[in-house]
Amino acid sequence: MSVDPRSSDEKAADVRKHRLIDEGILVEDEDGPRLVGSSCRSCRTTTFPRQEACPKCARVDMADSLLPRRGTLWSFTVQGFRPKPPYAGPGEFVPYGVGYVELPGVVLVEAVLTENDPERLRIGDEMELVLVPLRRDEDGTEILTFAFAPAR
Amino acid sequence: MDVAIVGIGMHPFGRHQGVSGRQQGAHAVRAALKDAGVSWADVQFAVGGSHSAGDADSLVSDLGLTALPFVNVYNGCATGGSSLIMADSLIRSGAHDLGIVVGFDKHPRGAFDTDPATLGIGSWYGETGLMLTTQFFGMKAQRYLHDHGIGRSALAKVAAKAYYNGSLNPNAWRRVPMTEEEINGSAMLSHPLTQYMFCSPGEGGVALVLCRGDRAHKYTSRPVYLRSAVLRSRLFGSFEVFSPWLAVERAQSPSEQASRAAFEAAGIGPAEVDLAQVQDTDSGTEISHLAECGLCEHGEQEELLRSGATGLGGRLPVNTDGGCLANGEPIGASGLRQIHENVAQLRGAAGTRQVPGEPKAAFSHVYGAPGVSACTVITT
Repeated sequence: MSVDPRSSDEKAADVRKHRLIDEGILVEDEDGPRLVGSSCRSCRTTTFPRQEACPKCARVDMADSLLPRRGTLWSFTVQGFRPKPPYAGPGEFVPYGVGYVELPGVVLVEAVLTENDPERLRIGDEMELVLVPLRRDEDGTEILTFAFAPAR
Repeated sequence: MDVAIVGIGMHPFGRHQGVSGRQQGAHAVRAALKDAGVSWADVQFAVGGSHSAGDADSLVSDLGLTALPFVNVYNGCATGGSSLIMADSLIRSGAHDLGIVVGFDKHPRGAFDTDPATLGIGSWYGETGLMLTTQFFGMKAQRYLHDHGIGRSALAKVAAKAYYNGSLNPNAWRRVPMTEEEINGSAMLSHPLTQYMFCSPGEGGVALVLCRGDRAHKYTSRPVYLRSAVLRSRLFGSFEVFSPWLAVERAQSPSEQASRAAFEAAGIGPAEVDLAQVQDTDSGTEISHLAECGLCEHGEQEELLRSGATGLGGRLPVNTDGGCLANGEPIGASGLRQIHENVAQLRGAAGTRQVPGEPKAAFSHVYGAPGVSACTVITT
């Protein structure tokens, strides 16, 4: 199935403003970003990102699956130092949160968190998927990646 | 047939400018040969590896071109354990009587920078800042302390014990004791883990000489027997380093799987070991691995640390040589360092860090990316 509902013209216009870091893992629809995983047609196991084969039942029968936008924080940390390349974040390093968010009954996804103060994060917090800027390309295009933010 | 460890040798861990990883491996081999009282020409086979310091089989250029079969092992953090398993099988099968296992490494400063592509993960994972082992250990500690009601103060206690034990070990990298205040006050690298709660990638080499059990007394008056060596990878549902996603259901970890199988094959239980070396990439994993390996109950660790039960004079001394925290982690050598220490302890030859009471059984456990564990049981 096509995971990006926009026409190619719309996408071409959009690209000058921003692009997603990898359209194989992340798409945007009218309601916002969605992560793209795979779901096994046989045993219902969901993976992120997409996989050709199911790691649980080993069958090669996976369908693309748009993952839920909201979930709960399962664990977290804060990255306190600048990672070595290939990290491509902002030139001036700012510590960032990282966590696993449990999308209820589906899968746990590892992601950057918009909150970087560990005192403001708790296991079990409600989180929602957002887009955040990672860096700019040489032509000025802003590259967006996904993150989870505390749900309002 | 039993397999005995009759020679141990190591190149000190740490940073050694101008000394290659291969040289450190060759140094360890020569020390192990000397310890067993054999020459390189007596060795019938060799197995070994490094992660980033070259091919182990190239050591024959320095050790002697004797035409012996030499198998390279490249198995991440389980390189040493996997090499030992191969050597054990080669002797147990009757194919050879005497062989050597060697592991060495030399890593650049700072956190490991693994390429996501080597694990089948897209480049976005590294670019967005998720390709760090340290984040996994931070999140594992966060979740483990939460699930089992353990206070964060336990983390500094683990590290303080490691640096104290390291201060008694002439082969250790970090040989200066540190207070819990100093450990807690160092830079926060990956909450809740500070700089001195993490081990660092480093350098070093270790070698072991193994032989048929019934020939052991030919080489040493104090043989130690390898009762089991087991390697396991992930089950569906385990929580592992470098995982962009996890299943909703939880399964036993590779450490739980490997330790149970190692105890079963050895025919002794966790309660019967006199000391243990467990993977302490960080303070949090010494705590969680103790329970995953069956050495204590989940949640019991805070009391064990408070009472000194895992210290050198305690009921179950853990990471008696200072562990990864005080020795650093040269990947290819790290698992063999644990066995080197266990053999030294069972021989009663561990100097000022000797565990009292003539220990007779020791356990070792390695854990690493992308979710592997290797465990051994050795006895006198």
